[in-house]
Amino acid sequence: MQPFENFTGCVLPLDRANVDTDAIIPKQFLKSIERTGFGPYLFDEWRYLDQGEPGMDCSQRPLNPDFVLNDPRYAGANILLARDNFGCGSSREHAPWALADQGFRVLIAPSFADIFFQNAIKNGLLPVVLEAAVVDRLFTLAIGPRALEMSVDLVAQQLHPHGAEPIPFPLDPFHHHCLLKGLDDIALTLQQEAVISAYEARRRAAVPWLFADC
Amino acid sequence: MASAQSPGQPSAASAAAQSSAAVPVPGAPRTLYEKLWDAHVVRVDEHGTTLLYIDRQLVHEVTSPQAFAGLRLAGRRPRRPRANLAVPDHNVPTADLHLGIVDPVSRLQVETLEANCREFGIPLFPMGDRRQGIVHVIGPEQGFTLPGMTLVCGDSHTSTHGAFGALAFGVGTSEVEHVLATQCLLQRKSRSMLVSIDGQLGRGVTAKDIVLAVIGAIGTAGGTGHVLEFAGEAIRGLSMEGRMTVCNMAIEAGARAGLIGIDETTIEYVRGRPLAPPGEAFERAADHWLSLNSDPGARYDRVVRIEAALIEPQVTWGTSPEMVVPVGGQVPDPAAEPDPVRAASYRHALAYMDLRPGTPIAGIAVDKVFIGSCTNGRIEDLRAAAEVARGHQVAASVKLAMVVPGSGLVKAQAEAEGLDRIFTAAGFEWREPGCSMCLAMNADRLAPGERCAATSNRNFEGRQGQGGRTHLVSPAMAAAAAIHGRFVDVREV
Repeated sequence: MQPFENFTGCVLPLDRANVDTDAIIPKQFLKSIERTGFGPYLFDEWRYLDQGEPGMDCSQRPLNPDFVLNDPRYAGANILLARDNFGCGSSREHAPWALADQGFRVLIAPSFADIFFQNAIKNGLLPVVLEAAVVDRLFTLAIGPRALEMSVDLVAQQLHPHGAEPIPFPLDPFHHHCLLKGLDDIALTLQQEAVISAYEARRRAAVPWLFADC
Repeated sequence: MASAQSPGQPSAASAAAQSSAAVPVPGAPRTLYEKLWDAHVVRVDEHGTTLLYIDRQLVHEVTSPQAFAGLRLAGRRPRRPRANLAVPDHNVPTADLHLGIVDPVSRLQVETLEANCREFGIPLFPMGDRRQGIVHVIGPEQGFTLPGMTLVCGDSHTSTHGAFGALAFGVGTSEVEHVLATQCLLQRKSRSMLVSIDGQLGRGVTAKDIVLAVIGAIGTAGGTGHVLEFAGEAIRGLSMEGRMTVCNMAIEAGARAGLIGIDETTIEYVRGRPLAPPGEAFERAADHWLSLNSDPGARYDRVVRIEAALIEPQVTWGTSPEMVVPVGGQVPDPAAEPDPVRAASYRHALAYMDLRPGTPIAGIAVDKVFIGSCTNGRIEDLRAAAEVARGHQVAASVKLAMVVPGSGLVKAQAEAEGLDRIFTAAGFEWREPGCSMCLAMNADRLAPGERCAATSNRNFEGRQGQGGRTHLVSPAMAAAAAIHGRFVDVREV
């Protein structure tokens, strides 16, 4: 995973609650055995007017002019602003893969679904949880004649919407550490090999039926 | 709706939000969740993150290929290959199995699973094996799922297995790889919520109606950051199949895991399963399992109580499982909804579902009926649907009514009981096992605009096919909708 670096970007206001992972990346694209290439199918059913299938050349497909991602004001947006319970539903990691592939690096919402939140962190995406009232203010700023520019400072845990007060955001210290360093979780856990083996020995004695054939 | 917070997901409202992850008091009464958690802690690091031991993992074709590729790339091997069990389910066809999988992209995904299992030594029930089926049906069926264990799968409906008093939750592909490589996961402890369904259910009201009513009451984010423990007389009265239906949909309330205490119903279901401990070892295991139940006086972060007698057969009207009303109710009016974000969601949903406020639910016509899925594809579900269908005919206006057993063994059991003949005589199609039209990754799907009574778990936009309109109901309610061509109150037929 790449370390997360501070940057300045543009905010896409997706004014919906309960955006589910089926909406983020519909099921027909989950047949891929790759980790990349999902970006053009992000929000496929909202984004295009035709029915999407894997392998289509999306540059030739009719765009839905009413969907915010197709609004030229927000071209190149890399910060996604949404309402409550973003990423609910299926555990498909294809959802953060598609968001990252499209270029998003930060997601802002009053709350995220648990599995999605974990999946986002593991893919170097920064999920920012803010109070609903603060998110509401950001929507007001982001939905205007021009897109809202914002600087993201992960080190200081602050958002700087241009022309407005900075907004501090909370983050679990372990997640902060992993994102900043771009750490590989598995390598970290494998360093605990002796502790895991000791646990397994104790566990095997306590509940031998769970170790009967392995 | 309660404020939602993920474990490790910071609270926006209050940095000082309480957490059950506070320092435990030795000897204090503990919940089932706390006992399961404590028994699986390998290590707690300086950030307070726990390395949690995962006893078993179920693997399917959709969320695993990238995990195996990651292992291969890093030169890693599974730590305990036989602590995993793999099965293709999402992509498998439910008709004309002799043709194999026609869609080349789906076929490649299933073949990739088979190749990965061979390479890494993971046990597999391939297509054609009579034990093949939906991961969340075969785990319990085989005794791979046991009380007291931790179990994960790259699928959000892993919460199903909590019905056994096991800590079971869905994970993403990175975590599938993590468990393969280390048999552990980095986790933060969730908060706990007791959902007590007090008293007895009315006639014709099922486990599906219980869980839809709970989601209606607490919302799809109501359980976020929590593990839900379902309890109360109505839950204790459920069979294991019913308990699995309830825990299956804990995720639709935002909770990564659901739990139900271990009792004789649990023990008797597990006894004699192929992978359950044999003979005397089983009795020892059973004694251990029963000791894991929540202690009297154990504290929960939140308690929700619902009177069972007040629960009626439920039908969802919108595009989120929380958009649900009793069958005697009406489609709600967004104008009556004070929260503007929610009112906007309602308007979106009504437009997508092509419904008008005030429309009575009973009477809404359906085009297709789907009976199956990890929520309601078990033998008891098929019995309940067959009971309603027996001696009747699917309405002429219904284009397709299909029954998809949850596994090959469920299918064989149903056929031994003659349920297949009841269904086919009534005009239902009797299919091969798989996930099928719950998420329409195979050929089974809705056409744009089609309306479906489904026993599955998600009514999201496009879930059963782009433009398809899903109403979630119990198996009996789905069968009744097929017979009448519209939603009816199953208690009145």
